[in-house]
Amino acid sequence: MFNAVIAAAAETETRNPLLPELYDIIWSGLIFVVILFFFWKLVLPRMQKLLDERAEAIEGNIAKADDAQRKAEAALEQYTAQLADARAEAGKIREVARADGQKIVAEHREQAVAEAARVTASAKVQIEAERQAAVVSLRSEVGTLAIDLASGVIGESLTDDAKASAIVDRFLADLEASEKAAK
Amino acid sequence: MLPSATGDGEFHGPSINEFFPEAVLFAGSPFEINRIMLIRFLAVAVLLLVFWLGTRRMKVIPTRFQSIVELGLNFARVNIAEDILGKKDGKRFLPLITTIFFMVLFMNITGPLPFLNIAGTSVIGVPLVLAVIAYVAFIYAGVKKNPGNFFRNALFPPGVPPFLYIIVTPIEFISTFLVRPVTLTLRLLMNMIVGHLLLVLFFSATQFFFFTADGGFKLFGAGTLVFGFAFTLFEVLIALLQAYIFALLTAVYIQLALAEEH
Repeated sequence: MFNAVIAAAAETETRNPLLPELYDIIWSGLIFVVILFFFWKLVLPRMQKLLDERAEAIEGNIAKADDAQRKAEAALEQYTAQLADARAEAGKIREVARADGQKIVAEHREQAVAEAARVTASAKVQIEAERQAAVVSLRSEVGTLAIDLASGVIGESLTDDAKASAIVDRFLADLEASEKAAK
Repeated sequence: MLPSATGDGEFHGPSINEFFPEAVLFAGSPFEINRIMLIRFLAVAVLLLVFWLGTRRMKVIPTRFQSIVELGLNFARVNIAEDILGKKDGKRFLPLITTIFFMVLFMNITGPLPFLNIAGTSVIGVPLVLAVIAYVAFIYAGVKKNPGNFFRNALFPPGVPPFLYIIVTPIEFISTFLVRPVTLTLRLLMNMIVGHLLLVLFFSATQFFFFTADGGFKLFGAGTLVFGFAFTLFEVLIALLQAYIFALLTAVYIQLALAEEH
């Protein structure tokens, strides 16, 4: 097929395609300059701006996500802290309640003990008083009885009160002394 | 099968003169405009329109059209500039690399496009101008990085025994300062010229076989049509590939100049 080309080339006056025409160079150069400035000053800056914006948008989203994560973490921390606080508070309240309970129980016990002591003491006092009364009445009755008995035995009336009471008193003292010795 | 200019049923082969069509405006002046120049203007107009609209109201969440424009710009930025030059130098030379990539791409793609049918890069002007710019760019990058030492390091690589400079220096000079711009120009230019000639050949042959040739020869037309279709698709791939290669090699040359030993 190249024979045809060569034949065609040989047939008419041929131009050498390697020899540039001046107009060819001029238009080519002009076109290059136009396209160069077009890309340099217009298209590539626009493209760069877009790439920057896109990078910024991606970075912005990442920053936003980071922020959200930080907030969530802070909230979680706060919640955990509050929970711990609440637990501590509950523990404290429980502790106080237990202590209060113990105090109340102890107070009541004390009061009961005191009451019991008081009751015991008053009972003792009453018993003592009654014993005293019994001793006094017993003494007079025993005296009379003894005198009657003695009168009967002696056969004479111990009318002389002073003498009688002295005898009774001596008798009783003897009785007490013997009682003490027996003890 | 002699080609001729007349429509008298002879086969019309493609000619190299197709790349030098008649002037439409300003004939003979340095601002002459012919069909190929008009195709270039159209390609540039479409390029400006696409990128102006595509980047006019850019949103963080892109629309479908913005996504496509971004895809293209990111390809030049990430897969060419930053891959080869790294983030910092990639950003420095990004306007140049982006311009080369899309200028070559939009002018290449007019080759397989119906009704345009010829690449804006199939005339030497664009490949040559871009190759010279790439050449200037990598020398500039090297001299800026390493003033005074760039040429010495490029021509007299350190660590080579001095007597070998007799061989090494001419090789380095030719490969770095002559072969690079020449190959940049010719690779793109020849791909586009040959692509165009091939498509013209297939489709004019199809035309000839279908409407001029006798009987059985008409069957050949189906074959050439299929080939023409396949090569049209192939040319789309070539258009992309050559734009990528041109931009990539520019980046690689700049990178080599920047990485030159101190």
